Amino acid sequence: MAAPAEPLPPVIYTMENKPIVTCAGDQNLFTSIYPTLSQQLPREPMEWRRSYGRAPKMIHLESNFVQFKEELLPKEGNKALLTFPFLHIYWTECCDTEVYKATVKDDLTKWQNVLKAHSSVDWLIVVVENDAKKKNKTNILPRTSIVDKIRNDFCNKQSDRCVVLSDPLKDSSRTQESWNAFLTKLRTSLLMSFTKNLGKFEDDMRTLREKRTEPGWSFCDYFMVQEELAFVFEMLQQFEDALVQYDELDALFSQYVVNFGAGDGANWLTFFCQPVKSWNGLILRKPIDMEKRELIQRQEATLLDLRSYLFSRQCTLLLFLQRPWEVAQRALELLHNCVQELKLLEVSVPPGALDCWVFLSCLEVLQRIEGCCDRAQIDSNIAHTVGLWSYATEKLKSLGYLCGLVSEKGPNSEDLNRIVDLLAGLGAERPETANTAQSPYKKLKEALSSVEAFEKHYLELSHAAIEMHTSIGRTRSARLVGKDLAEFYMRKKSPQKAEIYLQGALKNYLAEGWALPITHTRKQLAECQKHLGQTENYLQTSSLLASDHHLTEEERKHFCQEILSFASRQTDSPGHKIVLPLHCFAQLRDLHFTPSNAVVHVGGVLSVEITMCSQMPIPVYVEQIAINVHFSIEKNNYRKTAEWLTKHKTSNGIINFPVETSPFPASQNNLPALELYEMFERSPSDNSLNTTGIICKNVHMLLRRQESSASLETPSGVALEDGAHVLKCSGVTLEPGANRITFRTQAKEPGTYTLRQLRASVGPVWFVLPHLSPRVQYDVYSQEPQLHVEPLADSLLAGIPQKVKFTVTTGHYTVKNGDSLQLSNAEAMLILCHAENRAVIYSNTREKASDVSLRVQSSDKVTSISLPAAPAYHMIEFELEVLSLPSAPVTGGDSSTLGVTEPHRKHKDTQKAGYCMATTDHKVSIDCPWSIYSTVIALTFSVPFRTTHSLLSAGTRKYIQVCVQNLSELDFQLSDGNLVDTGSSGDLQLVPLNTKTPQHIYSKQSVFFVWELKWTREPPPSLRCQFSVGFSPASEGRLSIPLKPYTYEFQVENFFTLYSVRAEILPPSGTEHCRTGSLCSLEVSITRLSDLLEVDKDEALTESDDYFSTKLMYEVVDNSSNWAVCGKSSGVISMPVAAQATHRVHMEVMPLFAGYLPLPDVRLFKYLPHHSAHSSQLDADSWIENDSLSVDKHVDEQLDSGSIKSRGSVHSASSSEHKGLPMPRLQALPPGQVFNSSTGMQILVIPSKDDHVLEVSVT
Amino acid sequence: MAVCVAVIAKENYPLYIRSIPTENELKFHYMVHTSLDVVDEKISAMGKALVDQRELYLGLLYPTEDYKVYPSHQLCRYGYVTNSKVKFVMVVDSSNTALRDNEIRSMFRKLHNSYTDVMCNPFYNPGDRIHSRAFDSMVTSMMIQVC
Repeated sequence: MAAPAEPLPPVIYTMENKPIVTCAGDQNLFTSIYPTLSQQLPREPMEWRRSYGRAPKMIHLESNFVQFKEELLPKEGNKALLTFPFLHIYWTECCDTEVYKATVKDDLTKWQNVLKAHSSVDWLIVVVENDAKKKNKTNILPRTSIVDKIRNDFCNKQSDRCVVLSDPLKDSSRTQESWNAFLTKLRTSLLMSFTKNLGKFEDDMRTLREKRTEPGWSFCDYFMVQEELAFVFEMLQQFEDALVQYDELDALFSQYVVNFGAGDGANWLTFFCQPVKSWNGLILRKPIDMEKRELIQRQEATLLDLRSYLFSRQCTLLLFLQRPWEVAQRALELLHNCVQELKLLEVSVPPGALDCWVFLSCLEVLQRIEGCCDRAQIDSNIAHTVGLWSYATEKLKSLGYLCGLVSEKGPNSEDLNRIVDLLAGLGAERPETANTAQSPYKKLKEALSSVEAFEKHYLELSHAAIEMHTSIGRTRSARLVGKDLAEFYMRKKSPQKAEIYLQGALKNYLAEGWALPITHTRKQLAECQKHLGQTENYLQTSSLLASDHHLTEEERKHFCQEILSFASRQTDSPGHKIVLPLHCFAQLRDLHFTPSNAVVHVGGVLSVEITMCSQMPIPVYVEQIAINVHFSIEKNNYRKTAEWLTKHKTSNGIINFPVETSPFPASQNNLPALELYEMFERSPSDNSLNTTGIICKNVHMLLRRQESSASLETPSGVALEDGAHVLKCSGVTLEPGANRITFRTQAKEPGTYTLRQLRASVGPVWFVLPHLSPRVQYDVYSQEPQLHVEPLADSLLAGIPQKVKFTVTTGHYTVKNGDSLQLSNAEAMLILCHAENRAVIYSNTREKASDVSLRVQSSDKVTSISLPAAPAYHMIEFELEVLSLPSAPVTGGDSSTLGVTEPHRKHKDTQKAGYCMATTDHKVSIDCPWSIYSTVIALTFSVPFRTTHSLLSAGTRKYIQVCVQNLSELDFQLSDGNLVDTGSSGDLQLVPLNTKTPQHIYSKQSVFFVWELKWTREPPPSLRCQFSVGFSPASEGRLSIPLKPYTYEFQVENFFTLYSVRAEILPPSGTEHCRTGSLCSLEVSITRLSDLLEVDKDEALTESDDYFSTKLMYEVVDNSSNWAVCGKSSGVISMPVAAQATHRVHMEVMPLFAGYLPLPDVRLFKYLPHHSAHSSQLDADSWIENDSLSVDKHVDEQLDSGSIKSRGSVHSASSSEHKGLPMPRLQALPPGQVFNSSTGMQILVIPSKDDHVLEVSVT
Repeated sequence: MAVCVAVIAKENYPLYIRSIPTENELKFHYMVHTSLDVVDEKISAMGKALVDQRELYLGLLYPTEDYKVYPSHQLCRYGYVTNSKVKFVMVVDSSNTALRDNEIRSMFRKLHNSYTDVMCNPFYNPGDRIHSRAFDSMVTSMMIQVC
């Protein structure tokens, strides 16, 4: 905005720079137009198309119009761009040809020549037309002529170089139009000039840069050239482009430094390696730090100067670009980088100088940023500035340490000298900041001036840094600054202030599990606590440190010694205990009970062996290790324990405790694993699935509020439990590593004992493990004495000696000498006394304690067993042999029905698949010495045999067969099988048909014995027999005692044969064999074999004139369906009761199959009249059969008229039937009375010839 | 080239940390630990975009300079976060200017692959500290590799 008339200073490096446009010609005219021009020019933007493919930009042009002077034109080789006149304008108002010819033309020519001489082609001639002037002079040529003339004279081919501006000071549309055209022309010309000149400049610059490998090349020179370009861009408000220029310079310089470090040194760089003498920090308050720029120009700048200048320029441009946060970020990079580069270039820097420089620079940058942003902006961008804050803090700290400002005594003379040197390097305060109270310079100077001032500034900075870190969530960084602060406080001997920071940091490290920082911080904390006299805390921290493997052995020993010396020292207040958590002192690894199931009887000794892993580096003498035990009386505790044992204990009874890995963070360690279970809920009505889901069973564990980990460090709620039950172990020296400690205790009261607290005391220091986890319990029980008697084998067999085991569980009772068991003898059971019985005494854990002989005395009533002396909770075991005498003989059942019922039973039993042995129970009452009551014990003996008998007939000859079945698992030897008739009749003879030698009967096998019955007189209707057989176990050679034989009594009735039935099938007449499908005749002859006997006397017997007859019913049944009985198959006959009376029945049968067919069965029944009271033989089914029979009978009798003699009686029977009374009944004849002589006979049936189908059935 | 390599669990405790000048391990521990601040910041800032773009590399966390302990070293920390929120932090001696971003990326990828191998070991319990010889030797190779 310098007025055109004013003389311009040669160079102005300020932001006020604008591209220079020179004005020649009519100065007065220009002056009149200037205000409008300078106002109008920047009003509209113009697109600037640029070379090298750079994006076009819209720019608002401004210009500095200066009077044309030849000096302004750059001389050959002058690269200054800032002073370069981009456009030359000649102003003229001339409208008179004469005047033009006389003066203006010459003037223009002169102007043009000067321009040409300087090869400047950017010019413009402006002809201002003024109507007012025109009117004054009438002889004026048409105005165009002047313009034309000028164009003609000067603008050959470039007619647009001459512009007309009409009435510029008027307010008319024409004026406006002409202004617009002029301004556009002006702008275009300017831009063209820019493009051309800048392009040329850039080309030159590039050429210069390419020469950088040449020996004489100087960075500073080049710097100046490129900065010129930056200035021009800045001038054109193209800050982005300007910044690029500086960034390029920055990068170029950095690359040189790096190359220098790699050994590729440039000569000019050595200049930057001069020792640092001034460290006055960045100066960002001025747009251009001329002082430094001149240094660079003079090639006298140090590295710091260059960097400072470069950064100040970048900072200025960034702020123009509204990017203050980038300034902060770049500043941090720059500071780091400078420090780095100085090292790399091996520049000698006085100690502390860089700290000063960095500190000042940080604050300068921060203050600069603060200066151009409002509070809110700063607050929301702390993340960008916090780095600078903490960097400054760090630097001030190290300055403080360097200069002895942190020590308690304050700086010594050496420190003071250093301070003076450092302050000297700062130089004088810059005038820009001289009036600012809080300038970085003043701050640093003050901070270095005294200990107090340093503290004030350091704390201020630290707190600010911590606050900022915390506010943006950088807690870890905040902790680290806090730790530095704590260190500072410790130096200043104010540990109480340091503690909070250390605790905070430690908490953070613990929470995240950083072992090394934990150790380091703890070490600091220990020192702090020691100074503070927090004995408990100190001891706890010491114990933690003593067990810390990240420390050296020496350090660990030191901390361990601290504890021990404290423990030995403090004896003045005996009651005072210091309770510390155990885990840092020693760790409980495992626990082992003896007995291993942790169950002990009252009075028994339980030992608990624990393995403690001492964390201390040296052996520690522990006065006492104790485990607090909680006692609870629980009913049914034994079972509970057993259950618990199977769940929680390994088989060897060792309980392992999880190893605490303390360095790991709490979050990982404490949370138990998820226990998830499936859940299905079904509807109760139809069992369909209603809901399903997953249940977490340990939600209460997982969602529990996390205990603040602060409690890890402070001796917290470790309360000492006092209980009556304590397991103790005194005077133990815990070696480093695993130690085994054994506690012994005698169980007193029955109940459950839970181990609660483990504590180890070293003097007044108690290390306590508040809870044992998993839960550890042992149980004490009390037991009543008990006697068990049980057979050795699965079951006891009657008849042979069997072993029975007696087990006396002594429980709380002590068996004394002379105690005996009194067994009252059962009658049928003998207790066999051997010469020597041995008893074994076992301890509670099934260990054999002793083996003594047992005295058994037997009298007829009582057997007395003297027990050996045995302590409580032991077991006495011995065996006795008992023999169950075969008791009352096993009856063969109801004699009269024997023959009939036997097959029935057999049938049923086979269905059951196996027989059960008959058993007998013997009760023994035993008097025990510990009880006034008798114990009654039942022993069950099984009879090993099952015996059946049957009557066999051959015509009239009779045989008795006895079957002995061995049901037991043993094999036996049977001997002396004998059958005697116990009935009265003496003429009956039993002829044995058996072998005399002893017979072997194997397990589950049978042996048969047969006797023939012979008689001379009429045999009795019933026969009572007793079968006896001697037996002994086949395996045992000889038995000590004679065994009683096995007996079996039974009764046989009606064994005498009355009728003989004979059936015969005859082939049809004329054929040799029966054929299938053809009728054959069946002849059945029933013959009475004896005269009237006792057995015949029943209701069926009818008497007429000493002539007896009985009614029989026959029936032909073919169960196997071989035969088809044609016609009636049954009938009632009246049988005379006389020997050899025969009744023949003839019927037709037809064979259905070919082959040898058994004859159909012929059954005989007694036909009893209805009034017979007792014929319970037939069941309901028979009644129905009877019913149908009776119907048959009517037909039968009417048809069979000729053959029956006593017809009337039949009629009476049938008439009585018709009266609705019970029917006549049938009674099967006992098998002994009927002999079927054709049983087992077969007849050959050949297939009929025309039958081509042969049916063979195989079953 | 790397001075310190650390693998940090999701819960921010170190799974693996090794530094080459072992005598100053502590400093690196502190350094890596504080750099977690920036890792957290970057993760939360990127948020979902990070996951979507499958970009695990966090770039330069922040440079530090500590001339007291390491007069000639400026250390840069680089971060990387896996999908399971396991973080890798590498401290690089920044005097090693030849190290480019791409190389750091490839180093992280190498580290990630090796870490994946560790995770694939059926005997490795996720969340435990890494004691793997293969992993160790890979880290060693990254540390001594000369550029």
